[in-house]
Amino acid sequence: MTLFRSFRSTALAASLALGFTLPNVASALADEQHFPLQSYRVGPYAAGGTGFFGGFIDYLNLINTRDGGVNGVKLTWSEGETQYEVERGVEAYERLKSNPGVAAWNPLSVGIAYAMIDRITQDKTPLITINHGRTDSTDGRVFPYVFPLLLNPYSETSGIVNYIGSKEGGLESLKGKKIVVLYHGSPYGKETIPIYELLAKKYGFEVQQIEVPHPGNEQQAQWLTIRRAKPDYVVLRGWGVMNPVALKTAAKTGFPVDRIIGNVWSNSEEDVIPAGDAAKGYTAITTQASGAEYPVVKEIVKTLYDQGKGNLDDKKRIGSVYHNLGIVNGILNVEAIRIAQQKFGKRTLTGDEVRWGFEHLQLDQARVEALGAKDLFHSIHVTWDNHEGNGYVTFQQWDGAKWKVVSDWIAPDWALLRPIIEKSSEAYAKEKGIKIRTAADVDTVTN
Amino acid sequence: MSVLLDTPASAPNLSRTPSLKTWVWPLIVLVVAFGLVPAFGTSYLFEGILLPFLALSLAGVGLNLLTGYAGQVSLGSAAFMAVGAFACFNFNLRVDGLPLFGSIILAGLTAAAVGLVFGLPSLRLRGFYLAVSTLAAQFFVQWALTKFSWFSNESASGVIDAPALTLFGFTFEGAVGRYYFALTIVTLLTFLAYRLVVSEVGRNFIAVRDNETAARIIGIPVLRTKLFAFAISSFIIGVAGVLWAFAYLRTVEPAGFNLDRSFQILFLIIIGGLATIRGAFYGAALIVVFPLILSRLGALVFGDLFDSGVLDMAQRIVLGALIILFLILEPDGLAALFARIREKIRGGFLRS
Repeated sequence: MTLFRSFRSTALAASLALGFTLPNVASALADEQHFPLQSYRVGPYAAGGTGFFGGFIDYLNLINTRDGGVNGVKLTWSEGETQYEVERGVEAYERLKSNPGVAAWNPLSVGIAYAMIDRITQDKTPLITINHGRTDSTDGRVFPYVFPLLLNPYSETSGIVNYIGSKEGGLESLKGKKIVVLYHGSPYGKETIPIYELLAKKYGFEVQQIEVPHPGNEQQAQWLTIRRAKPDYVVLRGWGVMNPVALKTAAKTGFPVDRIIGNVWSNSEEDVIPAGDAAKGYTAITTQASGAEYPVVKEIVKTLYDQGKGNLDDKKRIGSVYHNLGIVNGILNVEAIRIAQQKFGKRTLTGDEVRWGFEHLQLDQARVEALGAKDLFHSIHVTWDNHEGNGYVTFQQWDGAKWKVVSDWIAPDWALLRPIIEKSSEAYAKEKGIKIRTAADVDTVTN
Repeated sequence: MSVLLDTPASAPNLSRTPSLKTWVWPLIVLVVAFGLVPAFGTSYLFEGILLPFLALSLAGVGLNLLTGYAGQVSLGSAAFMAVGAFACFNFNLRVDGLPLFGSIILAGLTAAAVGLVFGLPSLRLRGFYLAVSTLAAQFFVQWALTKFSWFSNESASGVIDAPALTLFGFTFEGAVGRYYFALTIVTLLTFLAYRLVVSEVGRNFIAVRDNETAARIIGIPVLRTKLFAFAISSFIIGVAGVLWAFAYLRTVEPAGFNLDRSFQILFLIIIGGLATIRGAFYGAALIVVFPLILSRLGALVFGDLFDSGVLDMAQRIVLGALIILFLILEPDGLAALFARIREKIRGGFLRS
């Protein structure tokens, strides 16, 4: 009996030890480029996670199936569940980084991205925070490996304020108006507090910023405060379950839904459908349109979903905002690799080489059309010192069944924002003792 | 050999002068931890497993002093971790020339002071009522750290960056360096905790836990003992918070120290074994390391069949079932379970 027990525990220990020593599933075949995905398919933000990572994987899969990879280099990926929690994200980073040929990281979480900045800079691998992230990482002089592609939080804020201005008949009409920002109680939510204060001072409107603690499924107190404050507009800077709850609570407290403007993480079908009628007439900013009529989405349906190889469980979500964002993210990552391959050769690239690709990621409208994404997103123009890439935004209104675009492609006020960003990034560089890069450093690439 | 086997290992050693054999196992563990592990470990082992394990173990040691030994249930551990982390960050940032070691001590003292304040209800409340009142610490600290951006140096998103880890002129860099940093602090404080529980103060803790009235009658200063338990436990938990933020995550935001973390630390000592020092380490191993092993094995075996979300849910179910199983097998926790297994094995050897 005793012998058996000790044997059993030895066997258990041995099998557990095996779990650590066995190499990762992804085999080290020649010419593969790997995407480690810190995804979240459970927890309060699963809707965003499944949609975004579903779209991302679908696009990578499309490139493999249709084109046989990027110039013959196959794309691979592996997932680590984070539940949007920072320490799980860090654990997943440490676990997945040993995969060969890592191209870039796409955590889709500001908290996890912050925790990774030191690590990826040391490991020389790009960190992509599309439409979110740390605003001053836009400054490639200080953050060589971080890319808040398309839209950083300050540009988003500028876009929203400009849109409200245009609704009121010009930015000068903002004077004396009152705007409430209802933000998610997380690093992501707080990122824009200073820029709203600054724009309020510049344009003469009054701003009140109210926090909703994570995850945000109870907002009675916040909306009562809003009712007392009687603002002209409420900007909803939410995430996950916070958004439908905000729309429903707004309806309950009698705040008109057409005066609520959602930010780029409050703009999905998953945010409005659960709110039912309370969401009809709600407007939100976006960098990529929703809908399945774009050629690239159609190809994904034809090549993957019709063969039963799509990543989304629910086919109704194909072409939804998060799914399309994942596809756009896939396009940007793949094109960065393609651009880097033109310089370094059609083979597995190092993280630093892919960084070079991202720093030359320039897709004009013609190239976007050639990729089958015309009107899905506008264009991008990343340079070594501008890691955002001047993305354009548009506004969409929910009509109860689908999002309808209600504005042209709008450019945020980049010239206004750049000095603020540089001030912040230079302070960071000073604090951390980082040498500010020059254009000459861009071509210094580690193999 | 037979001398080594004589006394049951599970008996709590309360003598003032522990004999040499008490130190054999801890010394072996230390030699392995300091000498062998860094020689063979991968960076994932340090960054992904050992650093959170060490930080949570230390928090467990701290809470075990309060809950296991002194019998005061607390749900505010994560708050004290947060106080430690943010205090260390601010001392390091705002006091010029203060070495990191000084910041850590001051951070621990700050956490101890906060712990003392939130320990005051323990003078009147017991059991569940005290647990509920320590919740106040949890909510208040998190609120204060979020509300006043001064604590995070006016950083826009409320996230702070960790400074370089320098102790006595030596900078701990890389995964192994941070591991040594954490291991050194954990060893020192665990030793301190061990000395404490075998001292008169430790016996006072146990007396207060087992029967407050009796303790008062034999002349133990009950109020002072309780408050001291809160202070010393918060000190250790505060330093654990520093390790969590600076050595492990290297970034910290208040939301990372939420109620879930407090529960995690409480469960960790219950599963590991209340009123034992090593129980905190067993418990942390089960709570931190085991889910990772499960996820590794799960991904290896079922990775192609299910997506990571399904696997993650399955792991929770397995972990939950295992915890129930362990506690049924041995309500006194893993420390007692392992002691019993060891006895059985020894018994088997002696018989044969």
